[in-house]
Amino acid sequence: MPLFPFSAIVAQDELKLALQMVAVDPTIGGVLVFGDRGTGKSTAVRALAALLPRISVVSGCPYQCDPGEPASQCVHGCAVAGPNRVAVEVPVPVVDLPLGATEDRVVGALDLEAALTRGERVFSPGLLASANRGFLYIDEVNLLPDHLVDLLLDVAASGENVVEREGIGIRHPARFVLVGSGNPEEGELRPQLLDRFGLSLDVKTPQDIPTRVEVVKRRAAFDRSPKAFAEEFAPHEDALRTTLREARTRLREVAVPDAAIQRAATLCQALGTDGLRGELTLVRAARAAASLEGESEVADRHLKRVATLALRHRLRRNPLDEAASSVRVERAVAEVFAA
Amino acid sequence: MSATDRDPAAAWADAALAAELFAVDPAGLGGLCLRGWPGPARDRICAWLRELLPSEAPLLRVPLHITDDRLLGGLSLAATLRAGRVVEERGLLAQAHGGVLLAAMAERLEPNVTAQLCAALDRGAVQLEREGLTGNIPCRVGLVALDEGVDEERAPAALRDRLALDVDLGTLAGWPEGVEPPDRSRVQQARARLASVDFDEDVVTALCTAALALGIDSLRAPLLSLAAARAHAALEGHVRVEEEDAAAAARLVLGPRATRVPAPPPAEDDATQQGGDAEEEPDAEEEPDDGARDESPPESEPLSDAAAEQRPLENVVLEAAKSALPAGLLDALALGREARSTPRRAGQAGALRASNEGGRPAGVVAKQPRSGERLNVVETLRAAAPWQLLRKRERAEGSRPHGRRVEIRKQDFRVTRFRQRSETRVIFAVDASGSAALQRLAEAKGAVEQVLADCYVRRDHVALVAFRGTSAALLLSPTRSLVSVRRSLARLAGGGTTPLAAGIDAALALALDARRRGQTPVLVMMTDGRANIARDGRGDRPAAEADALSGARLVKAADVRTLFLDTSPRPRPAARLLATEMGARYLPLPYLDAAGISRQVQSLAEGGR
Repeated sequence: MPLFPFSAIVAQDELKLALQMVAVDPTIGGVLVFGDRGTGKSTAVRALAALLPRISVVSGCPYQCDPGEPASQCVHGCAVAGPNRVAVEVPVPVVDLPLGATEDRVVGALDLEAALTRGERVFSPGLLASANRGFLYIDEVNLLPDHLVDLLLDVAASGENVVEREGIGIRHPARFVLVGSGNPEEGELRPQLLDRFGLSLDVKTPQDIPTRVEVVKRRAAFDRSPKAFAEEFAPHEDALRTTLREARTRLREVAVPDAAIQRAATLCQALGTDGLRGELTLVRAARAAASLEGESEVADRHLKRVATLALRHRLRRNPLDEAASSVRVERAVAEVFAA
Repeated sequence: MSATDRDPAAAWADAALAAELFAVDPAGLGGLCLRGWPGPARDRICAWLRELLPSEAPLLRVPLHITDDRLLGGLSLAATLRAGRVVEERGLLAQAHGGVLLAAMAERLEPNVTAQLCAALDRGAVQLEREGLTGNIPCRVGLVALDEGVDEERAPAALRDRLALDVDLGTLAGWPEGVEPPDRSRVQQARARLASVDFDEDVVTALCTAALALGIDSLRAPLLSLAAARAHAALEGHVRVEEEDAAAAARLVLGPRATRVPAPPPAEDDATQQGGDAEEEPDAEEEPDDGARDESPPESEPLSDAAAEQRPLENVVLEAAKSALPAGLLDALALGREARSTPRRAGQAGALRASNEGGRPAGVVAKQPRSGERLNVVETLRAAAPWQLLRKRERAEGSRPHGRRVEIRKQDFRVTRFRQRSETRVIFAVDASGSAALQRLAEAKGAVEQVLADCYVRRDHVALVAFRGTSAALLLSPTRSLVSVRRSLARLAGGGTTPLAAGIDAALALALDARRRGQTPVLVMMTDGRANIARDGRGDRPAAEADALSGARLVKAADVRTLFLDTSPRPRPAARLLATEMGARYLPLPYLDAAGISRQVQSLAEGGR
């Protein structure tokens, strides 16, 4: 069944922008989408998959090794040059980590079938392997069991999955963009996990009737005939795909003037964000936003546009101030850019 | 008019209609919530459903404490051992594909089960990533939730949001004469017709307008009401959704979800309609600045009356929905709470229940299971698997009996470790009456927030009861969510008389409930102890004081750790007496700041007295 097209999502501009930015520059880090029920959080994330450009991988490699890079340590044997090392184009993986997943499927484990039938010790790669160089999506991320969260924190920080179980010792690359969504009324997210996300946002249900009518109409049309609906939006999808591809290519050429870096630093200082990560994310996000607009240089308006997305979850830990964190960022933006 | 005032014949007719609609399109409507205790009414509706649904469609019960492997599927142990290769077992969700799931005691569904059910309803499929198995398994189902919750306890809000229909069994008295039971052949014909039923845009507009006017935020509500309108049209043999179809959908789907009573003339909302037609172009979404639309005020304000007349459908739909407003909505408004804090919305106990209730799996260790420990079958098999060839050879050389495909030895055993945390539920009972002065109330709010910040670090649960006027209200079901707490604190208004006994009783009920769930309750009473409303709601000071004292003794008898914060500017002996009767630690608030209170709560939670 086709997915609901990204370009058919009504309103929710902040969400669409955030997802497009990480698609343009995965080094921004992940996106955390919190919000009310029925706002189409997971619809948007899943729809993104269809827009991502294809990547080149070593054929048959379960870790999607890049044939352009010397894959020195790939356990699959991708390092071996020769007839087996063939490059193929595949869609960027967008992997779902469902709540009921067991640890063995997440990190990978001994292949039970091979062990039982042939007595062989074969590693069966898990979701972290499938998500390498792509996206890992967790719906209801705040309900994820703690032991899986610990595991993710470790892998997301190191970009590597180390498996030591059942006599198997394997390490493989696991660099992915973490995308999480959830409803804050159902529980808070651990601060450590919060920190792993580059951007965060709060989606709200649109409150004006024309927008709501449009949302319902499109959803109903999609549910009745997903294929026809997808075809109707195919030109928009194509256009968006092109925009993303061009923005990705342009990204390296987008200049970040010293003044912009200065502004970003001042803003982070004013907000008292911990560490350098805030500044780095802010600058990268601004660059991606500029690239999406077709600009060749980061300007103040790009920083302003992405400041809340990049910083609202990085303010000093004070659980009681969090509701107002977007407001705090906006206030600081107003002050810094007025100067 | 609220649902409780309706005559039983109309209520039964709606229940029958709800059953028919659900049977026409179970997956499209998400499901049906039957709210109330088991009894003849519920049995009757369940029997209808069984008869109305296609006989080949599965109808499966979801046991309350179903484990992930049964729900989602996994490795079939017996078959795997017998065959000596991996054999998959389908989970309940996959088995129910094309049919209906029945969740009994839905108000006690655990958050992880709720999340799985919601994901399956949303996607019509189950993503399996378990025990070495992976796959995307179709699961188009409708869910019947049997919600037996009392008072504020309700089926999880996330689940209810996805179920179109809601039947309040409390409105269904004995079976009245003259009500038609559902008709199986009518439903069958409707099912065949459903795909071809079309609808006009003004139906969507009317349903969206009515939903917003009733304070229904989620967009699933208008979407589900549209599905219900189509099912109704199919039942009636209409080729397009007509006025009566939309009205029936509004009554059955939107009415019960209302969180506020719309203003009598709905003209205001109609005004925004003018913009509706301009939005038809799908390209509008491509404009990068279309967000501005959200704030743009309708320019057609003066036209509103004319618009209302031109669009009677909206009025019809809204009026229909208003005939089925939830019982208690008006009472809640009368209590002075904001519309959004109706019991319906606030009653999220199900969704907010402890996620680590009973302990959550926290990894696997190699050891032999002792009593009470759970063998992790798959990990045990994994440990045994690589040795099978070797063991087979051993068996062949020795004289051990053959026949077993997979040989498991004691060193293979793996046990799932569960992390059992002792959780604390901090219950604040806050006196919001006039005597407890507004400034005191502000201090109480500050204290609650501070305690909460500490609770957050420890991941405890917090509940909030406020009493004023003639009764106590549960402002916040036990939660760990800071967002919810902040919202309900902001809503807490002060003034009125002091129904102290009602406050103590409500807090004690929450404390006992916590104990039943294996949590440790800590009660924080914030009052000046000046009771003037008795248990029965009369304004009789001596009776009120006697009732408060008897409530206090019950707290002591239940041995609930309690902190009594005297909020009066000049502490009085009466409050101290009450605290003593309660077995509470007594502290006059003037000498304490928020941080101090938080420390006191913490020391109580840790077992102090």
